[in-house]
Amino acid sequence: MSELTLTVMRLGFLAVLWLFVIVAVQVIRSDLFGTRVTQRGSARRGAPDRPQRQAAPPPQRQQQQPSGRAASRGRRGAPTKLVVSEGTLAGTTVALQGQTITLGRAHDSTIVLDDDYASSRHARIYPDRDGQWIVEDLGSTNGTYLDRTRLTTPTPIPLGAPIRIGKTVIELRK
Amino acid sequence: MSSTSNTTTISTIGPPRRRNTELALLVFAVIIPVFAYANAGLALSDELPSGMLSYGLGLGLLAGVGHLVVRKWAPYADPLLLPIATLLNGLGLVLIWRLDQSRRLAQLAKNAHRVYSASAPNQLIYSAMAVALFVAVLIFLKDHRILQRYTYISMVGALILLILPVFFPPVFGARIWVRVGSFSIQPAEFAKIIIAVFFSGYLMVKRDALALASRRFMGLYLPRGRDLGPILVVWAMSILILVFETDLGTSLLFFGMFVVMLYVATERTSWIVFGLLMSAAGAVGVASFEPHVKVRVMAWLHPFAVYQDPRPSWATTEQIAQALMSFGSGGVFGTGLGQGASDLIGFAANSDFILATVGEELGLAGTMAILLLYGLIVERGVRTALAARDPFGKLLSIGLSAAFAIQVFVVAGGVMGLIPLTGMTMPFVAYGGSSVLANWALIAILIRISDTARRPAPAPAPSTDAEMTQVVRP
Repeated sequence: MSELTLTVMRLGFLAVLWLFVIVAVQVIRSDLFGTRVTQRGSARRGAPDRPQRQAAPPPQRQQQQPSGRAASRGRRGAPTKLVVSEGTLAGTTVALQGQTITLGRAHDSTIVLDDDYASSRHARIYPDRDGQWIVEDLGSTNGTYLDRTRLTTPTPIPLGAPIRIGKTVIELRK
Repeated sequence: MSSTSNTTTISTIGPPRRRNTELALLVFAVIIPVFAYANAGLALSDELPSGMLSYGLGLGLLAGVGHLVVRKWAPYADPLLLPIATLLNGLGLVLIWRLDQSRRLAQLAKNAHRVYSASAPNQLIYSAMAVALFVAVLIFLKDHRILQRYTYISMVGALILLILPVFFPPVFGARIWVRVGSFSIQPAEFAKIIIAVFFSGYLMVKRDALALASRRFMGLYLPRGRDLGPILVVWAMSILILVFETDLGTSLLFFGMFVVMLYVATERTSWIVFGLLMSAAGAVGVASFEPHVKVRVMAWLHPFAVYQDPRPSWATTEQIAQALMSFGSGGVFGTGLGQGASDLIGFAANSDFILATVGEELGLAGTMAILLLYGLIVERGVRTALAARDPFGKLLSIGLSAAFAIQVFVVAGGVMGLIPLTGMTMPFVAYGGSSVLANWALIAILIRISDTARRPAPAPAPSTDAEMTQVVRP
């Protein structure tokens, strides 16, 4: 093989290798431009976030849902997962497998809430003997709300009903 | 305060699934090693190597399986991790194949009365097993938070894996191997993943005690004595590894990983200061009376002493000198694949010293590209940690990427003469089954965490009265 061919291949290979690196860096440039930082501190804006005002229905309650999803939700059955739909933990899901789920700022909680309005042991969610899921407020300062009512006793959770703790909203889904 | 900033989540606006990008990069990542293979073959024997098609197809098949599994089981995963791992693995195969062709290495093995067998086919088999492990981890580990349940079990498991090699005879001066029949594995490679699980589970629970219960002294937060316990235990463990297994790299890897995770969990600079002081004290202490480590340190300080006329008694190996000369003769653009003389390193040329072959045949430009690829894997790991929503996932991905970064640093630094040489392998590139398997598993866990982190939040359910009117009844 001629010296020239090998030199061209050698430099060509280095060029291709660097091209890969450059393409890879291009793929992640959205990390630099167009990120969204969710921070507990930045959302702290005072009065509108206070739990007693949160009784008002949040805007997305009025949104129309695609009918296909509504149909699939029409089935009767037990919820299979707990979904955090609002707050800093939004998007977290926990599978419901008959275990008690504790909520609060304490580190050993199942869901560690990072919410100024949450107590360290705020509430717990557990199944009763019939498999119905119950939410119980554990004497929290700011209270636990099921839909719009503040909980005073352990209450069964309907599917999809929002449980509000401070700025965090939790739902049970199938 | 640590508890405020620990909850920061950084997510990307825009389409979260990047599977087609990943596929394009994967095709690229398979073509580059095939090109390198053709180049090395033409340079070595003036013809395209006969195994080119099978190696290309093999690598392509592995990449394809990996991609399909990610597409099915982790659709929101980071698009860069899999292609970069594939590229590094493929380049490693080419470099190992190129060293297999060396007559010098064959002669060396013959002189030592060993059977000289080609390593590249074995490495291809290991890679296939590793991709199988990658697939298994992605399929069976549905949620990385499951690992949190095994915090203390993984501590015991990691300790057993680390202690096990003591009971086996040393291989080439270091007790890092477990030999069962004709199989031998390096348990430390797997232990690094398991111990990252333990550290993240432990630090998640203890981080406030470690960060807040401390006295301030001269600008440093001094932790309480009882909180110092775990760091002392890990330190003692890494020193014991160093003494009984004479394995410099592993002890550095574990202690370094623990200090990094401790710093990330508590945000206290004092831990870094303590960590550096303790590792320096430990390293100096052990190096001054453990003969195997002492030889390594002397070889690092005086690499060319082996060529002096009255040869000093401690200068037994010319490996480091040969590696340095490899880098030197490579220059900026290298000698070209298959045209270097890095096989002069002799023993371990295709495992611990494989970076010297990169340095000689691809030059500074190629070495930088390879190191940047490692850097990108680490960056994606750190990025995953920033985007993860749960503290355990954050700590685990930081720990795994720190372990990866430290390993690359320890190997590259050792080969280049920056730090004393240790017996560790370059992830993905170097020859070795345990290393390839463990690193593919590590990538699988990172992909699983990044899939969870980048998955968009589910839409909130409609209110109950909307449901009453929207249910379609038959």
